[in-house]
Amino acid sequence: MRLREAEAKVGSRGHRLWVRLTHWLIAGAVLVLIYSGVTILMAHPRFYWGNAGNDLIQPLFEVPLGPNYHHVSFAPATRFFPSHNSPVTADLLVEPWNQNSWARSLHFLAAWCFAAGLLAYLALACATGHARYVLWPRRDELERNNLWQDVQAHLHLPMPAVKPGPPYAILQKLAYTLVVFVALPLMFLTGITMSPGITANYPILLVIFGGAQSARTIHFFTFAFLAIFLLIHLAMILLTGPLRQLRGMILGN
Amino acid sequence: MNDRRLQLSRRALIGGLVSSGALVLPGCSDQQPPTYGNILRMGDNLTYNAQRLLLSSSALVTEYDRSQITSMPAIGTIDPSRSDVGHHDPHGGEAYAALRSGNFADWRLKVEGSVNNPRSFSLAELQHLRSRTQITRHTCEQGWTAIAEWTGVPLRAVLAAAGVRPSARFVQFHTFDLMADGIDMVDALHPQTILAYGMNGRELPIGHGAPLRLRVERQIGYKSLKFLRRIVVTDQFDDLGRAGPIRNGWAWFNGI
Repeated sequence: MRLREAEAKVGSRGHRLWVRLTHWLIAGAVLVLIYSGVTILMAHPRFYWGNAGNDLIQPLFEVPLGPNYHHVSFAPATRFFPSHNSPVTADLLVEPWNQNSWARSLHFLAAWCFAAGLLAYLALACATGHARYVLWPRRDELERNNLWQDVQAHLHLPMPAVKPGPPYAILQKLAYTLVVFVALPLMFLTGITMSPGITANYPILLVIFGGAQSARTIHFFTFAFLAIFLLIHLAMILLTGPLRQLRGMILGN
Repeated sequence: MNDRRLQLSRRALIGGLVSSGALVLPGCSDQQPPTYGNILRMGDNLTYNAQRLLLSSSALVTEYDRSQITSMPAIGTIDPSRSDVGHHDPHGGEAYAALRSGNFADWRLKVEGSVNNPRSFSLAELQHLRSRTQITRHTCEQGWTAIAEWTGVPLRAVLAAAGVRPSARFVQFHTFDLMADGIDMVDALHPQTILAYGMNGRELPIGHGAPLRLRVERQIGYKSLKFLRRIVVTDQFDDLGRAGPIRNGWAWFNGI
C-alpha cells in the first residue's frame, strides 16, 4: 500500500523537468538516428548471423529497400583454397548506391546525443525513484484480471482524454519499462559491437551478441520494435487529447 | 555545507563541460582533422578524441582461426589500370599496368617526409623485414564484414627502418588509383597495423590491392588502402586535398 501512495505522490506533478528534457533530447536524437540508420541500411540491406557476412555469403534475409536490393554485379568468383567448398573472392563491377559518407557521421553525431540523454535519464530515473514508482510494474498490477482490464480499456474508442504524465496503467508501464531498460540500451550496445575500435577493447561484446553481424541483425530488429513503439506511442497521444499531452511533455502539466 | 557542495558541483560541472569541449576543439589545431565548420566533422572529431581518451591504444582486435576464413568481395578499385570500375588515374594506371606486367619486380614503396633516412623498398626488401600473419575481421562502412588472413610487415618496422623522427605525428599513404589517407601514430605503431603482401596464404590478389595494401584493423575498411606506392610521414595533420577522405565528405577517423 505504501508503494501505491509513493507512486501517487510521484505521479501527481505531471512530467518532471528532467523527464521532459531527456525525453526531447532522446526523441530528437532517435529521429535523426532512424533517418541516418535507414540510409546506412540501404547501402547493404542484407542481414547475417555470426561475425562475417557479405555479398558472397548467403544472408539470413534481405530487406526490400533501395536500389541495392537484389542488385549486385560481380565478376566470376575465384577460390582462395583448392577445396571445392573454399571461401571465394570476386570483383564487384558496379559501384553500389552509397550515401554513407554523411549518413554514418550523422548517425554517430546523433548517437552521442542519444547516449548522453539515455545515460542522464537512466541515472535520474534510478536516483529519484522514478524508475521504481512510476515505471516498474507492481506485482498486483501483473495479475491477469488487471492486465485484461487494461487491454479492454485500450480497445474502447473513443478513449477518454487523460491528464498527461504518471500514474500509468500496466500496459503503459510495461511498454515504457521495455523501451527504456531493454530496447534503448540494447540499441546502444549492439551499435558499438559493430565498431572495430570498441570491440578491440571489449571483445566480450562480440561474445555476448554472437558476432558483429549478429549484433547488426539484433540492432535492426530492436529498431523495428522501437519503430512500432513509436507509432503506437503517437497513436495513443492522438487518441487521448494530443494538445494537452504535448503541452504536458513541454510545460509539465 | 550545502552551499559549498553546490559550488563544488558547479565547479565540477564547468570542468566537465570544458574538458568535453576539449574533445572537440583541442589546443593544438594542426594535430586535429580540420572540420571546415561542418558539424558532421566536429562529431567525427568528438568520436576520434573520445576513442583515443577512453580506449586503450594497445588493445588488439580479435584474431580468428584459419577455419573461420570467409569469402570476401573485392570492392572499390579492383585494378588501377581499369578506367571502368573504381577510382582511376591515367598516369597511375599506366604505371601500375607496366609494373604488374613485370610481376612487380620494379615496384618500389617510397617512404619519405619526417624520417631520417628517406628510402624506397622493393617487395623483396619488405618481405625480408620481420613478418606478421593475422586472421582478422574486415569491417566495411557499407555494413558487411569478412574474415581473412593477412601476411605482411608491421608498419612500425618499416618506419623504424626509415628512421622516423620523434616529431612525427601522422603517416600518410598514397596509391596508384590516386587515393590518399592517413592515420595517427597510435594506429601507425599498433602491432596489428601491417603492410600486407599476402592474403590467405598466397600473394595478395590484384582486386585486394596487389602488390601491397595497408591493414588498419581497428578502423573501418576504407582506411586500409590498397595499391600502395608512397608513404609520407608528417608532423602535422594533412587533409590530402581531393585525394583524401575529408574533402570528399568522409570521416577521417573511423574506429566505429
